[in-house]
Amino acid sequence: MSKLNQIELALAGAMLAVAPWIIDAAPYESTMGLVQKIFYFHMPSAWLFLLAAIISGVASAMFLFGKKKNADGWALAAAELAVVFGIITLVTGPLWARKAWGIWWVWDARLTSSLILWMIFTAYLLLRRYGGPGSDKLGAGMALFGLANVPFIFVSVNVWRTLHPQTSVVPTLPVQMGGPLWFCITAFFLLFLALLSMRARLERQRLRIEDLYLAEDEA
Amino acid sequence: MKDFFRVAWLVVRKDLMVEARSLEVVSTTLFFALTVVLVFAFGLVREGRPVDDVAAAILWIATAFSGTLALGRTFERERQADTLRALMLAPADRPAIYAGKLAGMLLLMGLVELVLVPLVGLLFQAPIFAYPWHLAALLVAGTTGFAAVGTLFAAMLVRARSCDVMLPILLYPITVPVMIAGVRGTAALFQGTPDEELARFWIALLLFFDVVFVTLALWTFEPVMTE
Amino acid sequence: MRFCRALFVAALLMAAPIAPVALAAQPQPSADEFVPMEEVPPEEQIPAINLVAAAYGFVWIVVVGYVWSLGRRLQKAEGEIAALEQRRR
Repeated sequence: MSKLNQIELALAGAMLAVAPWIIDAAPYESTMGLVQKIFYFHMPSAWLFLLAAIISGVASAMFLFGKKKNADGWALAAAELAVVFGIITLVTGPLWARKAWGIWWVWDARLTSSLILWMIFTAYLLLRRYGGPGSDKLGAGMALFGLANVPFIFVSVNVWRTLHPQTSVVPTLPVQMGGPLWFCITAFFLLFLALLSMRARLERQRLRIEDLYLAEDEA
Repeated sequence: MKDFFRVAWLVVRKDLMVEARSLEVVSTTLFFALTVVLVFAFGLVREGRPVDDVAAAILWIATAFSGTLALGRTFERERQADTLRALMLAPADRPAIYAGKLAGMLLLMGLVELVLVPLVGLLFQAPIFAYPWHLAALLVAGTTGFAAVGTLFAAMLVRARSCDVMLPILLYPITVPVMIAGVRGTAALFQGTPDEELARFWIALLLFFDVVFVTLALWTFEPVMTE
Repeated sequence: MRFCRALFVAALLMAAPIAPVALAAQPQPSADEFVPMEEVPPEEQIPAINLVAAAYGFVWIVVVGYVWSLGRRLQKAEGEIAALEQRRR
């Protein structure tokens, strides 16, 4: 793995290891107490989940319409990261919700939208894995449709949910929480960059291996 | 432009002629829709009376399930004779082929809904004639959205492995907004005091969805289907 | 294949925090009712530190698991490329 990736990973790992102490120093949030600390990992994951989804959709469009072969590798890498950060978001969310709202899952607009988006990208990965030859183009179409769908998912789930009593309580953030939050965001972002480029590199290597095998067959 | 419609019409006509010979897809899809309604009724009707909003939910679920089945069956036919590749090799505008396939699918799903709506109205005492135009608009817009995405994905998957299970896996998450809009809009029309304004909101959302996704499908049909 | 295994392990871990609560079959307030935590009897409250620890632990396991899985796949691919290129010469 490249030097830059190594630095990013090492830095991210160190920051994440130190994070619990920094988070501990942050003030307690008034209504939720200790459990709100999950937020420091939950929110960066949610942002990166969305970012990964966007990258995957845009790279898919570049692959389909711009005919850039490498873009597909980035699309697949971003989709995998979307699933990983999505799982983190969807698990830490209910763990937080169990204490804050008393139940594991609420059909809250944001949680439900995240679940749908996560399922779209998991379906993408299933397609790439089991779809057989040609599934790179198919997957690109799927990712593109998934991304185009994000505003629709959000609006429809939002309107669906606002007809029912609200159970979400939006925490208000005092200024002292800003520091630890940005620290965690930075740590996660470094991790994200490292993993994305490493995974994209793996895809390029796979393509190279295929070419090498083909060359062998022809020789 | 005229060529586009001509090619699309030719594709529809071909599909209709092939189907007219055996009526296989139409009859099996219709009966499957009936089965779905029955099975869900067992789950959702308590002591002979349906739970609230059940009629709307069952209508759209039956439409989605039978639509998926119909998509699979129609393209299975294409795959067996490899006719889709022949179609793609023809010197015709590719998006027009997609449009023809979509039109055929809309006709089929429309037929299924023509049977399902009165059935659901009968079985669950749903007021289907209270706002007929709104209901029709919801169904047309929703079915178009569902079929637009479904036709593209089904065509994409013709040569893929495990395509039977892949289609629902890919299709359902993407058409979630259609299902939400369809069910909630229909429920708004069927409930005790119908909420016409809300139904109109959902119709507008569905129409917007249709415009965006039919356009997207027309654009991506060619790059996705070619090697 | 390795990715599938990582995904499977992650899914099991997802079920882990939920399973003991589900098995205990505690009565839950309906999803539409907001019950403030002070009004829920103490037996139904899970200590916050458990949840926080579970959340952080889960994040660490997933991240480390994915990095490890990615590292192994990269190593394997690099080895294969080296072998293939040697054979070409």
